[in-house]
Amino acid sequence: MTTSRRGFLKTGAMLGGSLIVSFVVPGAKRLAAMGLPGTDGAAAAVFTPNAYLSIGADDSIQVWLAHVEMGQGIWTTLTMLIAEELDADWEKIKIVHAPPGQPYVHTVYGLQITGGSSTTWSEFDRYRQAGATARTLLVDAAAKKFGVSPADCRTENGMVIAGDKKARYGELAAAAAALPPLTEPVQLRPPSEWKYIGKGVKRLDAPVKVNGQAKFGMDMQFPGLLTAVVAHPPVYGSKVKSFDDSKARQIQGVRNVVQIPTGVAVIADNFWAAKKGRAALQVSWETGPNVNIDSKAQLQEFKKLAATKGEKAAEKGDAASGLSKASKVLEAEFTFPYLAHTPMEPQNVTVKVENGKCEIWTGTQMPGNDQQVAAKILGFNPEQVSVHTTFLGGGFGRRANFASDFVAEAVNIAKASGQFIKMVWTREDDIHGAYYRPSFVHNVRVGVDGEGKPVAWLHNIAGQSIMAGTPFEPKEGVDGSSVEGVNDSPYLAAIPDHWVGLHSPRLQLPVLWYRSVGHTHTAMAMEGMIDELAHNAGKDPVEYRRMLLKDHPRHLAALNLAAEKSGWGQPLPAGRFRGVAVHESFLSYVAHVVELSVDEQGAIKIHRVVSAVDCGLAVNPDGVRAQIESGVNFGISTALYGEITLDKGVVRQSNFHDYRIARMNDTPTTIEVHIVNSTDKMGGVGEPGVPPVAPAIANAVFAATGKRLRDLPFCNTNLKA
Amino acid sequence: MIKLTINQKEHTVDASPDMPLLWVLRDIVGLTGTKFGCGMAQCGACTVHLNGEAVRSCVTLLSRAAGQQIVTIEGLSPDSTHPLQRAWLEEDVPQCGYCQSGQIMSAAVLLRENPHPSDADIDDAMSGNICRCGTYPRIRKAIHLAAKLQQEGGNK
Repeated sequence: MTTSRRGFLKTGAMLGGSLIVSFVVPGAKRLAAMGLPGTDGAAAAVFTPNAYLSIGADDSIQVWLAHVEMGQGIWTTLTMLIAEELDADWEKIKIVHAPPGQPYVHTVYGLQITGGSSTTWSEFDRYRQAGATARTLLVDAAAKKFGVSPADCRTENGMVIAGDKKARYGELAAAAAALPPLTEPVQLRPPSEWKYIGKGVKRLDAPVKVNGQAKFGMDMQFPGLLTAVVAHPPVYGSKVKSFDDSKARQIQGVRNVVQIPTGVAVIADNFWAAKKGRAALQVSWETGPNVNIDSKAQLQEFKKLAATKGEKAAEKGDAASGLSKASKVLEAEFTFPYLAHTPMEPQNVTVKVENGKCEIWTGTQMPGNDQQVAAKILGFNPEQVSVHTTFLGGGFGRRANFASDFVAEAVNIAKASGQFIKMVWTREDDIHGAYYRPSFVHNVRVGVDGEGKPVAWLHNIAGQSIMAGTPFEPKEGVDGSSVEGVNDSPYLAAIPDHWVGLHSPRLQLPVLWYRSVGHTHTAMAMEGMIDELAHNAGKDPVEYRRMLLKDHPRHLAALNLAAEKSGWGQPLPAGRFRGVAVHESFLSYVAHVVELSVDEQGAIKIHRVVSAVDCGLAVNPDGVRAQIESGVNFGISTALYGEITLDKGVVRQSNFHDYRIARMNDTPTTIEVHIVNSTDKMGGVGEPGVPPVAPAIANAVFAATGKRLRDLPFCNTNLKA
Repeated sequence: MIKLTINQKEHTVDASPDMPLLWVLRDIVGLTGTKFGCGMAQCGACTVHLNGEAVRSCVTLLSRAAGQQIVTIEGLSPDSTHPLQRAWLEEDVPQCGYCQSGQIMSAAVLLRENPHPSDADIDDAMSGNICRCGTYPRIRKAIHLAAKLQQEGGNK
């Protein structure tokens, strides 16, 4: 352990102490009342000090996760937090996703959700406290048993030890359970004693993910389970007018065909038969209002809107008059298409309705919401619906939906058929399944002074609100998720005259958050524009940012670290060019330096990305690095290729051949992630790696070609020399 | 009834000859480690070995697999000790994990045919497999590491 690391950990403690948000650890009785799921581990549990863990007489420890594992690594990190305080034997820990329930509600957001890059910081105290509570009671039980004071006991590897006396947690579980529950939070360990936090452990879900044993929703199997494939309308939201299933029913293995609100479901012994059955269906559709959507024409409308003043999102001074007084005004328009999330596991939901109970198995980011939606469809109370969350084969926001569209569709099939079904979407269903990242236009006008410094900034944005119609819709004012990253930009804070306005046109096509939400477009507009200003000022892009960000130490720290580690300013091999961007999102600060070349055909090849992140205390540093690497590659897909287009309401993309995702040969051989040694407020890492990718690429392409990329995706711009 | 050998075990399945091998494996034999991602050989999540060659099982008809030797992720090693599996754990490659069976099965053929692949060789062999989590840099590292492990101690 280096000196700097020790100092880092020490200050981390003060941070932890200041972060206690809402500490709710229900006692065992309350837990029993809410009916914790009867998993294998729980069956043997004799000591359940809180909703997050239980201990069996056989020493088995079961951990319940309030957040779900979709690749971001919380299976490991939340367990680490418990283990840090519990001194558990790692071999004995079994991890499961929690069912819907009050104890698992997000400590800040107020509903059970995995999102917003928030799991680690929002659970940092609650999960450590859960482990510490259990340890305290085990120690108390052991002290009684040994006839010593609790202060004379220590814990190690699943045992309480006092002198030469030892007892396993399993032996103590029953006695610990009989003790009165603790009413006050327990003192947590100081960072100097941390064994795992700040160091990390290997991913606990990796072993089952390298041998095919990991169970995703798609892998559900039980006797009597049939597969359902749904015929969806070509235009999203259209209704079934009539259908002829006579040919479908002749397909071997097809068991049933039912109409549901969103289409016609073919139910069969297996996926293949169901899909063949679907192909044999004849459905005529009552086309809905989305038939009028032409994404190209719509973008032109959004451009017109963004050229006008929207609803106020931020204002200081008088931007218009500031522009008129500036030495020069730079104007730019940035455009962004609809995007589909395309997690590798297509949506699927298994539903079993029997004897007034409904069981659901799926990979979901919002199990509580799914429970409510399912109950409403079935006319059940929520308590009659169990949701079992499997591993998620990617989420990226698509599996967190207030409409619970995928769950609702599957429950409707189960209801209409009376059968046990696993609804499986094909990739085409997924790409046509709406809930896209909305299309946006940014219209930016910046006035600069004689030295090229911005003195006035007029910025209007147009695009659908993802919060409209959801519980997160603001009662007044604009949808912050459409402007985050602009209205709170550190650059704008220093500009005396600025305005940020928003137009949120209401359209029927459903839209949704997509990994890094508003920052998917706002970072591009801001960091693209800043690069244009730097060029106009004749300044180095890093130097120019340093000047503007001088009062923003965390932005600067990330920027400087990425610049240093990338060798910014030093010569590159012939034909290679660098671009930089720095952006804060989800409380973390990320800078990327992209190194790329553009060949004679105009193709962009990204060779190397150097990233720096300040997320405060890095609880699991290699997990942080993994998430930033992931964000970089996700950002590359979005920047270079991501685009959903609609023509007469029909989505023109259908699978990975025309909705392109970056592959091994499209991505840099090297992504270096450096973590800023920071003791500041903790932020997330699942999303913040994404936003600065597109502008860093665009800025590098400008360095290479002199062409400014302002329209996403970049593959649409001809860069041929 | 069609016979095929999966992970060195003989199976007789009652399925239509036009059913892709992927669905035979998953829905009939019950081996769910092989994943469905696209259904048109675009993503590689369904990669298995057919007589030692990497194939996309979502477009490989049962009739073609009949009587042949098939290896799935479940049969790559009896105890997760294939050099690639060990390297995958060492580099902490998986994130959501959904594509990783296919990634490992593609890499296994690469490594058998080319015990010391270069970065360019890895690009060539692995670009048929999409990872939406973008674990490519770790996949690359793990393949290089597996090459070393393989040289040092064979498959164990």
